Amino acid sequence: MYLITHKEVLGPVTKLFVVEAPEIARKAQAGQFIILRVSERGERIPLTIADYDRAAGTITIVVQELGKSTQELGTLETGDALASFTGPLGRPTEVKNYGNVIVVGGGLGIAPIYPICRVLREAGNHVTGIIGARTRDLLFWEDAMRSVTDELIVGTDDGSYGRQGVVTTPLKELLDSGTQYDAVWAIGPAIMMKFCALTTQPYGVRTIVSLNSIMVDGTGMCGACRVVVGGRTRFACVDGPEFDGHEVDWDLLLSRLRIYADLEQVALEAYNSARAAS
Amino acid sequence: MVKKSSLPRHEMPARDPAERRHTFDEVALGYSLEMAVAEASRCLNCKGPSCVAGCPVNVRIPEFIAALAEQDLWGAVEALKDKNSLPAVCGRVCPQETQCEAVCVLARKGEPVAIGRLERFVADWERMQGMRIPEPAAPTGKKVVVIGTGPAGLTAAGDLAKRGHSVTMLEALHTPGGVLMYGIPEFRLPKDIVQAEIDYVRKLGVSIRCDAVVGKLYTLQELLQDYDALFLGTGAGLPMMLNIPGENYNGVYSSNELLTRTNLMKGYLFPEWDTPVKVGERVAVVGAGNVAMDAARCSLRLGAKEVHIVYRRSRDEVPARAEEVHHAAEEGIIFDFLTNPTAILGDEKGWVTGMRYIRMQLGEPDASGRRRPVPIEGSEYEVPMDTVVMALGTQPNPIVFTEADALTRTRWGTVTANEANGRTRMERVWAGGDIVTGAATVISAMGAGRIAAGDIDAYLADPSGPWWVEPAAEA
Ligand SMILES: Cc1cc2nc3c(=O)[nH]c(=O)nc-3n(C[C@H](O)[C@H](O)[C@H](O)COP(=O)(O)OP(=O)(O)OC[C@H]3O[C@@H](n4cnc5c(N)ncnc54)[C@H](O)[C@@H]3O)c2cc1C
Ligand SMILES: Cc1cc2nc3c(=O)[nH]c(=O)nc-3n(C[C@H](O)[C@H](O)[C@H](O)COP(=O)(O)OP(=O)(O)OC[C@H]3O[C@@H](n4cnc5c(N)ncnc54)[C@H](O)[C@@H]3O)c2cc1C
Ligand code: FES
Repeated sequence: MYLITHKEVLGPVTKLFVVEAPEIARKAQAGQFIILRVSERGERIPLTIADYDRAAGTITIVVQELGKSTQELGTLETGDALASFTGPLGRPTEVKNYGNVIVVGGGLGIAPIYPICRVLREAGNHVTGIIGARTRDLLFWEDAMRSVTDELIVGTDDGSYGRQGVVTTPLKELLDSGTQYDAVWAIGPAIMMKFCALTTQPYGVRTIVSLNSIMVDGTGMCGACRVVVGGRTRFACVDGPEFDGHEVDWDLLLSRLRIYADLEQVALEAYNSARAAS
Repeated sequence: MVKKSSLPRHEMPARDPAERRHTFDEVALGYSLEMAVAEASRCLNCKGPSCVAGCPVNVRIPEFIAALAEQDLWGAVEALKDKNSLPAVCGRVCPQETQCEAVCVLARKGEPVAIGRLERFVADWERMQGMRIPEPAAPTGKKVVVIGTGPAGLTAAGDLAKRGHSVTMLEALHTPGGVLMYGIPEFRLPKDIVQAEIDYVRKLGVSIRCDAVVGKLYTLQELLQDYDALFLGTGAGLPMMLNIPGENYNGVYSSNELLTRTNLMKGYLFPEWDTPVKVGERVAVVGAGNVAMDAARCSLRLGAKEVHIVYRRSRDEVPARAEEVHHAAEEGIIFDFLTNPTAILGDEKGWVTGMRYIRMQLGEPDASGRRRPVPIEGSEYEVPMDTVVMALGTQPNPIVFTEADALTRTRWGTVTANEANGRTRMERVWAGGDIVTGAATVISAMGAGRIAAGDIDAYLADPSGPWWVEPAAEA
């Protein structure tokens, strides 16, 4: 059993959990993820390590409630326990001093980019952050992000907070500004990462994305997470999750993310009617 | 008096094929005590029993069968478990027809003694009584870590605990048992039987830590700082694909994914259990081993209307256990022999719509001694299909090898180990099971775990002497 030592509500559908996992905390690095199960009958859900505290022995995750599993997770409170918690999985972010870097976090992607900004900054990079979400309710961690970036641009698609518009607009402005940028990280929904990669491609700036393909074991054993990068099939859980965004077959990823769309709906409806009944 | 050899072998009672197509309940129902004793009485109790030599771990077969015939069931348990720590499992999944039963003297004239079914009966009887936990030896103060909780690891851990060592097992998944839990389906190997074996190992004092991916959470080097000896039993979990066009369409599974979703995650109980699994009306399973049979029979139970086994060789080369092929055929699985996929076809939304096949014929024998299948030119054709499962074999998953360069590996990705004692080229590291042999059998993994445990025990008592001695070349 893995104890939740702290819960924070970051927005109507965004929850933060600090989980006691000293061994994982000792090994965790930016860019990696964990897989948890809420209950014995639960799915194995992959979530990025949003922060780790080696001294306290804890891992922080931030979850956006989408379907059954993430909604059920959202109902847990401080003092509750998770059925399983496995990690750290995937390869860490490749950290070095690139020079000037832009780090883009879209929606829930703000959580995974936070530790990446921190380690990139510690490695001597000048870090420009861009965070955005559909609407104000989905934004979080603005202050935390300020503390790990040299500049931060904040916006919402609907203009309810910060600059109005999608994250690719300020991204393009920076690339056009005359400053030389050496690398870009873009993490968020697949469609947002795709458009960030398309935006940077003409500038030839290396762009790293973190692929959120559907996973089961997360150790390279099932191949559920297959993606195609540079024409080759890769397993996102062990070969990634970070890949060169200019090489990713985005349409394949987007299509594979929809494999279970109908059954996810069935699960959610069953969950909601069970909740309504109790 | 009737000659024993002319008495017919007792058929295994089985659930009706029409009924079992729709349920994950166990297919083979097991002998009654009466049937078991009658079948045991067929055994001639040969002086020089060839069945013992036919068993990869030399189970004392005539002895356990003789005890059973005399209704001395605890005596049968003792003789059986002397060499086999997992008889309830092996009695259900061993390929007896190519091992002990193949060389049974009765097989020459008629039908062999149903050794596997008797093994299962004795083990099931023991479980009903409540397994007896032996008194462990006095603690030795030595610590051993066993990585992987499949048959190799469970056997090594149990044996070491009985000898007084403190044993910790590490398992990557959230449930121990290895392939017995995630691969082999409920209808062939009920999971409560596997869990009973795991409980037994726990009761011997072994501590099992799940959710621990070695290579990520710890490296082998780190573990060697905390433990006196390390046993690697991480199996062969990396799926192979065919590398043909279309393999990433929605609806193409590796057998590992289909079986893990179905068995470990209990996808067949969705939505009471959360993990979905999806098969269409027409399913093609590529390959013809046990894994392929399991994938095909699971697909049927998950609601497919038409399930094909697609195999490039002929019926004679099918590697699966005879019983599985028989059960699969009874359930209505269609076998497409001498057929090889050349492409998977899909629609613009990315879903599988069909397969392109080429017909094969058997040519000259290849390195394995089997006739090599060769494509018949111009014989390509297409068939509609909704789901494709690749069951082409597996290799060891390299995730465990982080910073373990001292561990030499073959070009098939398997770890080099001395079969006589389980030692690898890395000091204080033993290995056994599929990680050494590549995908093989439960009994051979069990046997390798047992051999390694014996050597670990001897080494912990006296670690002097050279670590690695080149195994003698086979004559
Ligand atoms: C490496 C990685 C890191 C991730 N990090 C985060 C994170 O930090 N915070 C966060 O909120 N989400 C993260 N996700 C996504 C998260 O795992 C899914 O949102 C979650 O599994 C959905 O489960 P559900 O039952 O609530 O929703 P469902 O209704 O089942 O599905 C909603 C969507 O999630 C996707 N999804 C469903 N099951 C899985 C699965 N087993 N694995 C991956 N995706 C799935 C589907 O494509 C679907 O579009 C990450 C995914 C990956 C692969
Ligand atoms: C579908 C299927 C059907 C089969 N049917 C039969 C049959 O009928 N008869 C038969 O004799 N054999 C059968 N086999 C083969 C048999 O199951 C295997 O040969 C046997 O299980 C191998 O045992 P093992 O202990 O070496 O490894 P496994 O059973 O593979 O167990 C290895 C364990 O190690 C864990 N692990 C892997 N990497 C790590 C890591 N880095 N850290 C921690 N843990 C790790 C895995 O999660 C797994 O639990 C079948 C196999 C499959 C897949
Ligand atoms: S999630 Fe199973 S191989 Fe990646």
